Amino acid sequence: MVFKQKHILGLKELTAEEINLILDTAESMKEVSQRDVKKVPALRGVTVVNLFFEPSTRTRSSFEIAEKRLSADVLNFTPTQSSVVKGETLLDTARNLEAMGATVIVIRHAMSGAPWLLARELDSSIVNAGDGSHEHPSQALLDLFTVREVKKEIQGLKVVIVGDILHSRVARSNIWGFIKLGAEVRLVGPPTMMPQDVEKMDVKVYYSLEQALKGADVVIMLRIQMERQGSGLFPSLREYSRFYGLTRERLRLAKEDVMLMHPGPINRGVELSSEVADDVHSVILDQVTNGISVRMAMLYLVATGGGNA
Amino acid sequence: MRVLIKGGRVIDPSQEIDQTANILIEDGKVKSFPKDIKKLEKESDIQVIDARGNIVAPGLIDLHVHLREPGFEHKETIRTGCEAAAAGGFTSVVCMPNTNPVNDNASVTEYILLKARTEGIVNVFPVGAITKGEKGEILAEIGEMWEAGCVGISDDGWPVMNSKLMRHAMEYVKAYGIPVISHAEDLNLSAHGVMNEGFTSTILGLRGIPNASEEVMVSRDITLAELTGAHLHIAHVSTAGAVRLIRDAKKRGVNVTAEATPHHFSLTDKVVLSYDTNAKVNPPIRGEKDVEAIKEGLKDGTIDVIATDHAPHSEDEKKVEFDLAPFGISGLETGLPLSLQLVKDGVLTLPELVKKLTVNPAKIIGIDRGTLKTGAIADVVIFDPDKSVKVDREKFRSKGKNTPFHGWELSGCVLHTIVGGKVVFSG
Ligand SMILES: [Zn+2]
Repeated sequence: MVFKQKHILGLKELTAEEINLILDTAESMKEVSQRDVKKVPALRGVTVVNLFFEPSTRTRSSFEIAEKRLSADVLNFTPTQSSVVKGETLLDTARNLEAMGATVIVIRHAMSGAPWLLARELDSSIVNAGDGSHEHPSQALLDLFTVREVKKEIQGLKVVIVGDILHSRVARSNIWGFIKLGAEVRLVGPPTMMPQDVEKMDVKVYYSLEQALKGADVVIMLRIQMERQGSGLFPSLREYSRFYGLTRERLRLAKEDVMLMHPGPINRGVELSSEVADDVHSVILDQVTNGISVRMAMLYLVATGGGNA
Repeated sequence: MRVLIKGGRVIDPSQEIDQTANILIEDGKVKSFPKDIKKLEKESDIQVIDARGNIVAPGLIDLHVHLREPGFEHKETIRTGCEAAAAGGFTSVVCMPNTNPVNDNASVTEYILLKARTEGIVNVFPVGAITKGEKGEILAEIGEMWEAGCVGISDDGWPVMNSKLMRHAMEYVKAYGIPVISHAEDLNLSAHGVMNEGFTSTILGLRGIPNASEEVMVSRDITLAELTGAHLHIAHVSTAGAVRLIRDAKKRGVNVTAEATPHHFSLTDKVVLSYDTNAKVNPPIRGEKDVEAIKEGLKDGTIDVIATDHAPHSEDEKKVEFDLAPFGISGLETGLPLSLQLVKDGVLTLPELVKKLTVNPAKIIGIDRGTLKTGAIADVVIFDPDKSVKVDREKFRSKGKNTPFHGWELSGCVLHTIVGGKVVFSG
């Protein structure tokens, strides 16, 4: 199968087949990552720019390692110390990078839809590394990959996503991904953090963590952003964690072999109790490792179509 | 100079006329509806316009435009805005005060009117600000602006959040008999939203503006209009709830009128799905139920007027992240064809539509236009309602190419626009 998408802007735009192709390709990439020489020449001569408008060492490093393992030429562009400060528009910045030879642009931006603007106006392939509250496809793909590795099959799993759904790009991408691959998705969080009409994404909405956890196969905890305190969305972190924090006791409501995931970094004692945070750590490390393979697959497929894999 | 418009279907709701007739214009005024024109046609000093098979109506009046001058001439000028109006069949435009400086005192009003007289090819009627700088803090010098020619007051773009101040504004204008035009929006509920709140905003991860944001303010302003007896005009109604509130208020006899824009009855918020900033507008494009409710409101008379809320912006300003793009659609040159779709869809009859674009807006701001009565100033539009036209923003006279309708096939083509007896546009 050939990957026909020029860009990866979100999981909403991908079919189940395309998602599976990325996951299958990531498996081969993982094999590369286990070799002594962790490098293939797949993207030799391709210039990839990491255009990160939000500081994110984890995601950026993961993309950078993925690019280097594919032998791409890598340019990291962190706009804080450059043109953007002088008022250059996103589009002008990206056009300059394209003029320097970039053919793949990996973009992280605080505003939803910023990658769409580049996809519409530029010739390069655009890979969304997280935009505003919209999507974070590479995170969702690595979550899917990690779950598939352990559970073998996504179809039929009960997946619970807990926290600030309203502002979470991780949640949106995961909802699309898990739904498309046949899982049942349950959202849980305070009603103030549930986006309007989200049920129309074919998910079930819960306001009680206990109820949502019953029989769960996978639990994805979202990071609660400290600056949301005082925004009227919830009274205090203390109360939030009392009702929506994951404890060992609550986790017992889920299936015995439940997988617990977190996009990191964790707020210990807020969304996860300290003991659960320790439990979850090993999966988080798996997620980090898998993140490189998944990103290699994404870059490889948008840059080459994957026809000669 | 005389103009003879012959053989058109004359629709003038101010006189309840809908018939084939000839119109003779002399000295800039409607002279007569001559039956026998054989002799007239041959006279040398007469311009004959053959309108057979087309509609002849009073020149359209747009109650809500942004001409951007002074201060934002890169977006639009009075000259280009008037040219766009003429191309759209509008002979009069009512311009909002959010210029720089804000039209919050008589000298700015006079500047706009002077520019309009010297460079504008259609009639320009300014609206003054309710508060100084549209800041919502101190009343602007409304009396002097009225004296200078303002036909209404509004802080358009910025609602007056302070209810007591809004009350006083409504009381104060009663002395001048002009309406208070409300941009109904509760800014706290809007919370820096950039599009309609609903499933689409959820998918896109964009901050939503709930319907309640408009409805809370419509409700407040109706209450204040009841208290003060002032004439309240609700601008750009976008939600089903707002339509219902206005309908109920009218039934109670409250002095309230309302307008809706073509984009609010032609589009749903799905248009934003590709993050198209040309569809970013305030109030936002709403859902299907709202579109239906606006059509219902137009049909039953709850909504008196169709106004474009023409809000031109430069291309650079719109080619940015959705959150950063300014609100607004360039509307003057698509207003009529989009409105004609209401006739095709059976929502309005053609005379009902013309009424909402002529005599109704004229009445609201108390101007002597929007009519073809003998002796009236000869503002006339001649259009072919069936001719199909493909919207091409590159051909807009307006500097603002920001339209979500680019490439749309619409019916309705303006053939001639006549202002004060002078043909200012021929298409
Ligand atoms: Zn407005």
